[in-house]
Amino acid sequence: MIVIGGGGHGLATAYYLAKKHHVRDVAVLERGWIGGGNSGRNTQVTRSNYFYPVSSSFYDHSLTLYEGLSRELNFNVMLSQRGLVSLAHSEHELEIMRRWANAIRMNGVDSEMLTPAQIKKLAPRINLRSRYPVVGGFIQPRAGISRHDAVVWGFARGASAHGADIIQGCEVLGFDITGNRVRGVRTSRGAIAADRVVMSVAGHSSVLAGMAGFSLPITTMALQAMVTEPLKPLLDVVMISATIHAYVSQSDRGEIVIGGGADVYNSYAQRGALPTMRSTLAAVLQLFPSFSRLRLMRQWAGMVDVTPDTTPIMGLTPVEGLYINCGWGTGGYKAIPAGGETMAYTVIHNRPHPLIERFGMERFARGALIDEGAAAGVAH
Amino acid sequence: MLQIPCPYCGVRDEPEFTFGGPAHVTRPPLSSSDAEWASYLFDRTNPKGVHHERWLHAYGCGRWFNVARNTISHEILAVYRMGVQKPELESHE
Repeated sequence: MIVIGGGGHGLATAYYLAKKHHVRDVAVLERGWIGGGNSGRNTQVTRSNYFYPVSSSFYDHSLTLYEGLSRELNFNVMLSQRGLVSLAHSEHELEIMRRWANAIRMNGVDSEMLTPAQIKKLAPRINLRSRYPVVGGFIQPRAGISRHDAVVWGFARGASAHGADIIQGCEVLGFDITGNRVRGVRTSRGAIAADRVVMSVAGHSSVLAGMAGFSLPITTMALQAMVTEPLKPLLDVVMISATIHAYVSQSDRGEIVIGGGADVYNSYAQRGALPTMRSTLAAVLQLFPSFSRLRLMRQWAGMVDVTPDTTPIMGLTPVEGLYINCGWGTGGYKAIPAGGETMAYTVIHNRPHPLIERFGMERFARGALIDEGAAAGVAH
Repeated sequence: MLQIPCPYCGVRDEPEFTFGGPAHVTRPPLSSSDAEWASYLFDRTNPKGVHHERWLHAYGCGRWFNVARNTISHEILAVYRMGVQKPELESHE
């Protein structure tokens, strides 16, 4: 078996194939180096505050796996469940947020409405009376951040220990398909025969699907993030505002981690443009004026694979033996453990894992979209 | 930042424009199958290389036009009006 893509999802898929299903001949092919794509370019946020039960059950399973991941991998992923606060900036937004927060509770996931005073207590530096005043919000207390490189390394080491081969510097150039069945892949380092292949390549999914002869409802865009110089601890929640398109947290190294909306046009450039960066920073400085004196140390972008309904595409493809895991858009990091576990099951049984049955690419023709645009957090 | 040459106003900065997705998408006949219709509604051209796309000069003349742009370098290779056939360009992938 072959897993294309040595990011979190691909490595987790190999890990569960090797560990849970005892597959001994699985290879992970990575064009660059493991964790060098979106797994190393995200903002490390883990949460399960989704609206629809079908999304909620998947993401909460993923969060539950994160809660036990350091033990599972014997590798400290530094999960910090500090809570994620979503802000409302108008009475109307607060009303719809109440519905959202209640839906999350009905899904069996933790969520609580917050008053402005409670938000101020959680994050004393926040400016509640900014250009878009904060009128309330809600928190998912179990949400938080973890160490993204540790998740990649942990899954890679675990997969390797259970017999998986991880081959870096190996680019897939095409598929060998006969009779609508995959027989292997052609790579920059030669051909490899395989009767089951998983695509787990985020922003390059359309390119790989094109090699296999089908198209996807995906647009690849750049999503930026940036960090400031390190500071002493001053913000111990993750804070997100969909209205002003920004989210912010403080890493264990003390850096303020800032993210925003995507640069909304097709891009494979792995870099973001100044206008989006500027509007993101303007939004953060409205919320936290004291951050205006901080220097930015790094800014980067990942290539995110955005679907029309901001729900992933997972499961079987029109080619037999070829499986797909993509469409995570701006939120794939939180889904790494469950993505890997459910894809491993899907490959072994040649049918979607029950948690991802509704995430198949056939949902578009059936009109069975799962619109999680609001839960995706910021616009893209 | 992109500097987009609007065919009506000349070169302006990216924040004046709104991206409008792939150009040259033709609606299939109403007799088409569910799969064809879904493909029209949801599938997107998403090449690593030259992309033909629509842009709106929202904070300018308010007019739509087409752009051929490289999605790796972001280089704008051609700008042409709505209704004009797409120019043949070599992919610099």
